[in-house]
Amino acid sequence: MSRASLLFWQIAVAAIIVAAWHVASMTTLFGDPKTVRFFFSTPLDVALRIVKLFVSGEIWKHLEITLRETILAFLVGSVSGVAIGFAFAMMPRVAAVFDPYIKMANALPRVVLAPIFMLWFGLGIWSKVALGVTLVFFIVFFNVYQGVKETSPVILANARMLGMNGWQLFRHVYWPSAMSWMFSSLHSSVGFALVGAVVGEYLGASAGLGYLIHQAEGAFDVTGVFAGMVVLAVFVLLIDWVVTLIERRLLVWRPQEAQK
Amino acid sequence: MTAVDLAGVAVAFGVGESAYCAVGRADVAVSEHEFVAIVGPTGCGKSTLLNVVAGLLSPAGGQARVFGRPVAGVTREAGYLFQADALMPWKTALDNVAVALEVGGVRRAEALARGRDWLAQVGLRGFEARYPHQLSGGQRKRVAMAQMLIRDPKILLMDEPFGPLDAQTRALMGDLLLSLWSRDRKAVLFVTHDLEEAIALADRVVVMSAGPASHIVSEHVVDLPRPRDANEVRLEPRFHALQKAIWSDLRDEVMKAYSGAAAGAAS
Repeated sequence: MSRASLLFWQIAVAAIIVAAWHVASMTTLFGDPKTVRFFFSTPLDVALRIVKLFVSGEIWKHLEITLRETILAFLVGSVSGVAIGFAFAMMPRVAAVFDPYIKMANALPRVVLAPIFMLWFGLGIWSKVALGVTLVFFIVFFNVYQGVKETSPVILANARMLGMNGWQLFRHVYWPSAMSWMFSSLHSSVGFALVGAVVGEYLGASAGLGYLIHQAEGAFDVTGVFAGMVVLAVFVLLIDWVVTLIERRLLVWRPQEAQK
Repeated sequence: MTAVDLAGVAVAFGVGESAYCAVGRADVAVSEHEFVAIVGPTGCGKSTLLNVVAGLLSPAGGQARVFGRPVAGVTREAGYLFQADALMPWKTALDNVAVALEVGGVRRAEALARGRDWLAQVGLRGFEARYPHQLSGGQRKRVAMAQMLIRDPKILLMDEPFGPLDAQTRALMGDLLLSLWSRDRKAVLFVTHDLEEAIALADRVVVMSAGPASHIVSEHVVDLPRPRDANEVRLEPRFHALQKAIWSDLRDEVMKAYSGAAAGAAS
């Protein structure tokens, strides 16, 4: 499929869904439009609400808070994931001791931690960052741990034959190898940082996209909920696009097939 | 002076009763400026011997010496050309070659300049900025060769380096290797399962027996004149006489390895 026709079909899918939504909320074709409007609002109302959010400038504060929480959660989670992933890969005995605890912590549903984080870090951004970190950390940790452990033995032997000492092996072989694994999970780790932030806001906050949606929900303001979800979806798309750009820049050495 | 001296080297993998004795007792010596090829059936421990000389593997018995000194840790004087791709995929061709100098303390600017020069010598001018995945198998081997030679090692260890390449590329690489080697004639230990390749390149061909506990069966001096053309030398009558003589030794071992493998598969 060519780029143009792909784009056409992608837009067509959205157009059909919005059109069906519009028809359902305006005509009796799918039942009583009043009921439909109560549960789904109407595309026009949602669009108007989004415009209002941006025109009044109210949305920027929430976007900024959510973005800040996402970035902080990603950074803290990635740095700690890389550090501990590296340490465990280099010290297999320590890794073996901690193995059941890591698995246990990773299996825990993060939502149950949210109230505790709120108790520890308050209702501000840090409880949301903490929630995001618990999600990002494990993705990065497992990837880096695996990546360092599975560094090609031939590349390692060759690097040693070239005269590399411990620090040089780290810099030229282990580190780039681990980074390539970390970046291959960039999309999911950034995505989970955002999930952590929004879920945290949803459960208790005074600002952010999750808070906005939660507040509208509390008032049975379905239009507000849908408006919040659309803004959130576009926000996710934009972040994902930025991640793709960064990834292309950093992983130029990767074969194209592997990226698909 | 003897560049490489393996005296009664034995190598085993694993411990206790389950230990597998790869090499029983091997005596191989390579003089300075000598090109020695080791041939033998698959799985006879040829590569294992190279790893012992490189210091990547400690022998279970016997002793390995390089220029008279026992091997301890990685052998600094040796360059190693691996069978599998060993280039760092995250570095460009030029960086892969230059890093070999940089880790030895050469300034980056100088390392890059000399790296460029070496890439040109292996016929890869204009490919400096390519990453390994953007190069063909033969081109990657050329980069690996430049990476090995730029450090100017006194001993070259090569483990079926051209094994994964197609026949035409192999012939070209053999010629390239001979022309680079003939400048200063470093000591070479070249492992291959291809007898013709061994005769075309080497001064001496060592035949190893089938494993386990493989040993040296015989040695043959290749008295073909140098400089050689790795392809045309194969047409000479003397080449065929040598091939016939060495093959009669090698064939028995290949048959042994084959029947051993068949018995192993049947049990």
